[in-house]
Amino acid sequence: MSSATETIEGFVKSDYKYGFITDIEAESAPPGLNEDTIRFISAKKKEPAFMLEWRLKAYHHWLTMKVPTWPKVAYPPVDFQDIVYYSAPKKAGDGPKSLDEVDPKLLETYEKLGIPLHERAKLAGVAVDAVFDSVSVGTTYKETLAEKGIIFCSMSEAIAEHPELVKRYLGSVVPHTDNFYAALNSAVFSDGSFVYIPKGVRCPMELSTYFRINAAKSGQFERTLIIAEEDSYVSYLEGCTAPMRDENQLHAAVVELVVMDRGEIKYSTVQNWYPGDEDGKGGIYNFVTKRGLCKGQESKISWTQVETGSAVTWKYPSCILQGDRSVGEFYSVALTNNRQQADTGTKMVHMGKDTRSTIVSKGISAGRGQNSYRGLVQVRKSASRARNFSQCDSLLIGDQCGAHTFPYIEVRNTSSSIEHEATTSKIGEDQIFYCNQRGISTQDAVNMIVNGFCKEVFRELPMEFAMEAQKLLGVSLEGSVG
Amino acid sequence: MSNSSLLSITNLKAGVEGRTILKGVNLEIQAGEVHAIMGPNGSGKSTLASVIAGREGYEILGGGIRFKDQDILDLEPDERAHLGLFLAFQYPVEIPGVNTTYFLKSAINENRKARGQEELDAVAFLKFIKEKARLLDLPEDFLKRSLNVGFSGGEKKRNEIFQMAALEPTVAVLDETDSGLDIDALKVVANGVNQLRSPERAQLVITHYQRLLDYIVPDVVHVLYNGQIIKSGPKELALELEAKGYDWVIEEAGQAAAVTSQS
Repeated sequence: MSSATETIEGFVKSDYKYGFITDIEAESAPPGLNEDTIRFISAKKKEPAFMLEWRLKAYHHWLTMKVPTWPKVAYPPVDFQDIVYYSAPKKAGDGPKSLDEVDPKLLETYEKLGIPLHERAKLAGVAVDAVFDSVSVGTTYKETLAEKGIIFCSMSEAIAEHPELVKRYLGSVVPHTDNFYAALNSAVFSDGSFVYIPKGVRCPMELSTYFRINAAKSGQFERTLIIAEEDSYVSYLEGCTAPMRDENQLHAAVVELVVMDRGEIKYSTVQNWYPGDEDGKGGIYNFVTKRGLCKGQESKISWTQVETGSAVTWKYPSCILQGDRSVGEFYSVALTNNRQQADTGTKMVHMGKDTRSTIVSKGISAGRGQNSYRGLVQVRKSASRARNFSQCDSLLIGDQCGAHTFPYIEVRNTSSSIEHEATTSKIGEDQIFYCNQRGISTQDAVNMIVNGFCKEVFRELPMEFAMEAQKLLGVSLEGSVG
Repeated sequence: MSNSSLLSITNLKAGVEGRTILKGVNLEIQAGEVHAIMGPNGSGKSTLASVIAGREGYEILGGGIRFKDQDILDLEPDERAHLGLFLAFQYPVEIPGVNTTYFLKSAINENRKARGQEELDAVAFLKFIKEKARLLDLPEDFLKRSLNVGFSGGEKKRNEIFQMAALEPTVAVLDETDSGLDIDALKVVANGVNQLRSPERAQLVITHYQRLLDYIVPDVVHVLYNGQIIKSGPKELALELEAKGYDWVIEEAGQAAAVTSQS
């Protein structure tokens, strides 16, 4: 009789399915960061002068900043002079004019990842912007969306074609002074997605960006900006994978959302960056700043994230609830296995009257994984009758992992109400045996218990991605049973 | 052993952490029979149920368990379940976020797969499960709730019986399923067992009290004491135990043992 305890504790990560490398000629900047690197990137992208100035300003500010040490994660210091800040597949330097011009090798790469880009096979009902290393290689359904006045394109294209929108909103939610990685990103960001939903338009399909890091030693610094005008709605999803490499790679993105009166943005992330091997070798450092501004009255931002990859994750998708009666939501599942570390959570800043926020965080730790929830609920003086509900649950698998919760609550208003609930539980041998006795294998039992634990978050994901997320969790926990 | 023997336990010795609890249990259950095991606290009743189902943490020190003429001691708990063995738990666990319907669908289809049968699709399963719920007079919201979460003690036990009815096991072991139940819940449990009775199946009812046996009439009653079955008899034995307690059986067994050792 083999023991279920051993089985649970013996969970090792199965092979990372997206670990392949695309052999493609790339044009790269030499490693290292100085003013010339920034000039190189800006010139490569044929940017207007205001962008170069913007980048240089951020760079000079970054030089004065220090790497944040407050997150509960431990990793060797990153050598910022050893990173390649720009890497683009050749030919694609200026961005292809149409998908027909995209290098077939790239199309093949995305197809292997399950994201067909070309016209005949593209995903029904989902428009995709594919970002490969530093550049966007193609965007589907552009014309269909343009008919409704929706702009969905790469950030480079937006800078060239919609400079007035970029000038007005870029850095308006996450200024370059915000934090170390946001400053770095502002200086060197190479591409990302741009979305503009005009007044009164409900985006007819899911918009999605698929990020892929390929080149060795390169970092990915993408910048995403989504603007939802009055009475508009958009649901946006991002997915990420990277090859298996022995050295750590840096991913430092910035995402900014702006929502006007009665507008709504639903932003979902399924993050599956390469997590490193069992012993913690390699993997992506995922240091991301995501923030949304509910600028208008009754506006709404909802973040949903499923974080299963990366060696180290440092990420706090936040909402600034400025407009009266605006609503912020954060639903998160973060899984750490083997030597993965995650310090993730959210900030809900209540400024407007009758603003509401909901936080549901589910942390799962297995192997030697360390999982921290860090969240701030701040109610300003102006935010009369603000309400928040937070729920942070942790699930432990085995006895060598850790779960930590750091809730910060600051209330400067007597008419507001805050609720915080937290639980920690362990998958018990009793639960496994019970499932076994009904004929369910240990592996399926663990998956079932974990999925049950995450249910409240999964139901916030768009249907097809909820299925994907469930599968992903299963794969991430797959191991040698028996 | 006759051909119709479903569960055959011979000289089973088992323990936990170096302490021997079962000291040579012999039990033979034929198809179509209901056996009851009674006995005072600490006699090894729950250990027997756990060892039959293959729970980890128990050391097998000797003897064997055969199920449908197959040695099952080396099988995992889920493999034993696939053969048609069911255990109704004394303390059913809670699984948040997993509703009873989904849980049972996974269980039934895993069993079907293991037996080389086709899996039930969602429609067929739902029809099947609603029929079972109706037979046991369960409210339908039972099926939608997270497994055992927020259930009362009685509801948890009813859920065990419901799962048993749905899985249609060849041999069901009920580990003190009646403890802590009021008379109505007791009737539900008994009803579930009685509906399962058939010439091809068998049930082993472990209980502390005779009152369950008013509703489930056993073919054989065994007394388990100090890790051994010290007396077996017809259903009337249960009534005698209820009226006179266990002391006389224990004394009788002690004398018999003394006679054996003298001779």
